[in-house]
Amino acid sequence: MLSIKNLHASIEGTPILRGINLEVKAGEVHAIMGPNGSGKSTLASVLAGREEYEVTEGQVLFQGKELLELSPEDRAREGVFLAFQYPIEIPGVSTTNFLRTALNQVREYRGLEPLDAVKFLSLMKEKMALVEIDQKLLSRSLNEGFSGGEKKRNEIFQMAMLEPVLSILDETDSGLDIDALRIVSNGVNKLKSEKTATIVVTHYQRLLDYIVPDFVHVLYKGRIVKSGTKELALELEEKGYDWIKEEVDSTATV
Amino acid sequence: MSKDNQILEDLNSKEYEHGWSVNFETDEAPLGLNEDIIRWISTKKEEPTWLLEWRLKAFKIWQAMTEPEWANVHYPKMDLQALRYYSAPKQSKKPKNINEVDPELIAIYERLGISLNEQKRLQGIAIDVVLDSVSVATTFKETLGKLGIIFCSFSEAVKEHPELIQKYLGSVVPMTDNYYAALNAAVFSDGSFCYIPKGVRCPMELSTYFRINAANTGQFERTLIVADDSSYVSYLEGCTAPQRDENQLHAAVVEIYAGAHAEVKYSTVQNWFPGDKDGKGGIFNFVTKRGICAGDHSKISWTQVETGSAVTWKYPSCILKGDYSIGEFYSVAVTNNYQQADTGTKMIHIGKNTKSRIVSKGISAGKSQNSYRGQVQVMKRAHNARNFSQCDSLLMGDQCGAHTFPYIDIANSSAKVEHEATTSKIGEDQIFYCNQRGIATEDAVALIVNGYAKEVLNQLPMEFAVEAQKLLALTLEGSVG
Ligand SMILES: Nc1ncnc2c1ncn2[C@@H]1O[C@H](COP(=O)(O)OP(=O)(O)OP(=O)(O)O)[C@@H](O)[C@H]1O
Ligand SMILES: [Mg+2]
Repeated sequence: MLSIKNLHASIEGTPILRGINLEVKAGEVHAIMGPNGSGKSTLASVLAGREEYEVTEGQVLFQGKELLELSPEDRAREGVFLAFQYPIEIPGVSTTNFLRTALNQVREYRGLEPLDAVKFLSLMKEKMALVEIDQKLLSRSLNEGFSGGEKKRNEIFQMAMLEPVLSILDETDSGLDIDALRIVSNGVNKLKSEKTATIVVTHYQRLLDYIVPDFVHVLYKGRIVKSGTKELALELEEKGYDWIKEEVDSTATV
Repeated sequence: MSKDNQILEDLNSKEYEHGWSVNFETDEAPLGLNEDIIRWISTKKEEPTWLLEWRLKAFKIWQAMTEPEWANVHYPKMDLQALRYYSAPKQSKKPKNINEVDPELIAIYERLGISLNEQKRLQGIAIDVVLDSVSVATTFKETLGKLGIIFCSFSEAVKEHPELIQKYLGSVVPMTDNYYAALNAAVFSDGSFCYIPKGVRCPMELSTYFRINAANTGQFERTLIVADDSSYVSYLEGCTAPQRDENQLHAAVVEIYAGAHAEVKYSTVQNWFPGDKDGKGGIFNFVTKRGICAGDHSKISWTQVETGSAVTWKYPSCILKGDYSIGEFYSVAVTNNYQQADTGTKMIHIGKNTKSRIVSKGISAGKSQNSYRGQVQVMKRAHNARNFSQCDSLLMGDQCGAHTFPYIDIANSSAKVEHEATTSKIGEDQIFYCNQRGIATEDAVALIVNGYAKEVLNQLPMEFAVEAQKLLALTLEGSVG
């Protein structure tokens, strides 16, 4: 479904991603871990099409299409969803209104009729139950004054509404309390199918107890330096990143 | 029409949807301005002598005045002698009701999306339409008449209710007030008049729709709203003009009188032609609007959405004379390309325990200049006056300007005046966030801007709010990305 080949990207002339290779197939869950500043969010942003990042080399195929050639909105309409590490506030615009605009534009792109208010509302009700989100939150200004955990839950609610093909969750677990983590993870699990794939960026093994990954990758200095199965996450939890850093840095200097 | 032409026309109409004009036979005054022209207008309108004298007095006062230059706007001086001060569609006989109005005129309004057919109209809005210099139709007159509400053209009111006109005309905006108000007093041609009797709550929105059609013609209408004690009315004003290369002048006067416990809500969606992308043409909108809360516990609230005009100069104000009276001003002013707006309000606290609230949301894009100018004045005997002002500016791009000129003038130490101001930009991260959910950039801008202006848009009656939202989006089209 997603095939990243030798992806290089820089911001204001500073290279951040320095040759990423990754294959994600339908039905799979991939976890990306790695120390702060290694480029995890950058990878997510580049895939979503954030313009500040300049792609200097490489190719990304998404369901056979050249992803990097699509505008950010078309990537979303093709089914790429990014749950932001730091969700953005939009004063005066309710989540409901925001999602209605989004959903109808996505539907239009896919050749579907817009949902009328009644159908939209019943879809909302269904998805609200899935992530146990309070309706009051949805009529407030989007993310404005939301607690850290509410913002994250709202991201997953949006994901549920838009039914993406590829979901990239950037540290969705940070800020969630113990119960919320379970609820949100269950929501993500229910949304999974044979046809969709999930990339979870996280620092903590804990999340991976709920959303069990098929593969775990370690990103360091803009490259995937180690890949493994879910056991790798346990090993990282125990040993930290130093051993990997040493391995990489020693070979890099040779 | 070929498909290409259709697309081209759609694109064109996106720029300014109401830019067309219609040719029909008109009754026009000769070009220029002098005493004879004023007499000509007055005769044409079969006016009583007192009104002619009132006009001539205003003309003398105006002649001694000079055009104000304190506003933060720059424009070529208009040659007022090259304008026409009266232009009216020729109608074979005076229509008694809507069924007798020339179908050609009705068609103009249909094209603007305004149906004058009472059956077809949405319930709840009576409308007076003013084309160039005359009112062409007023709907729902009879329904309103049963409640004692008078809603008609200004000319008709002069004939039918001279005592009311003589009592209130110029009582809120005196002819000496300013250059454009004096000019308007001398040459005004028509407008709307509305009177709500004591204790009556007007059951429908009253509305005036102004349209400039003729070339080289200034529009000088006057609106007078009198809400007697304990009455209520909500009034809407809309306007458009054809797209022309030369500038056109719109210098209107609106006067509102509110008696004790009366409430008047006045909403405007101003969509005059703003000029083209290079700043050519467009309406000069120099308008004086003022209301007086004459009685205790009265309330006047102005809501305006200013999207059009090349140059806007407009300060809807409230004189809070009655004790416990309330004045409100809610404004969204959008400027794009080369538009200039200098707009705001004046709240004059005279009575005790008077309150005012100002919410101004400026949005500037392109190379436009957007200024808020507001004055809060608390007079000596206005004990416990309260004012809250919130002035926000939103900038799009880095070639536009936003300016705030708050003046505060307090002569009573018990006054509490609060002023808050913010300036922000539409964040790229906000747009990206919308994009990431599948929302195109133009729509993202519309969404963000409407959110920003929400507090003001919420004040508008439903039907108007939807139109206003669309207009905001349209005005800002192409200003980001
Ligand atoms: N606008 C910018 N200008 C310069 N450097 C930037 C900019 N944006 C990001 N970077 C740098 O790029 C690197 C990668 O950042 P990124 O946010 O992708 O890290 P991350 O792996 O997601 O880290 P974390 O685990 O802390 O979320 C960091 O060193 C960061 O400082
Ligand atoms: Mg990150």
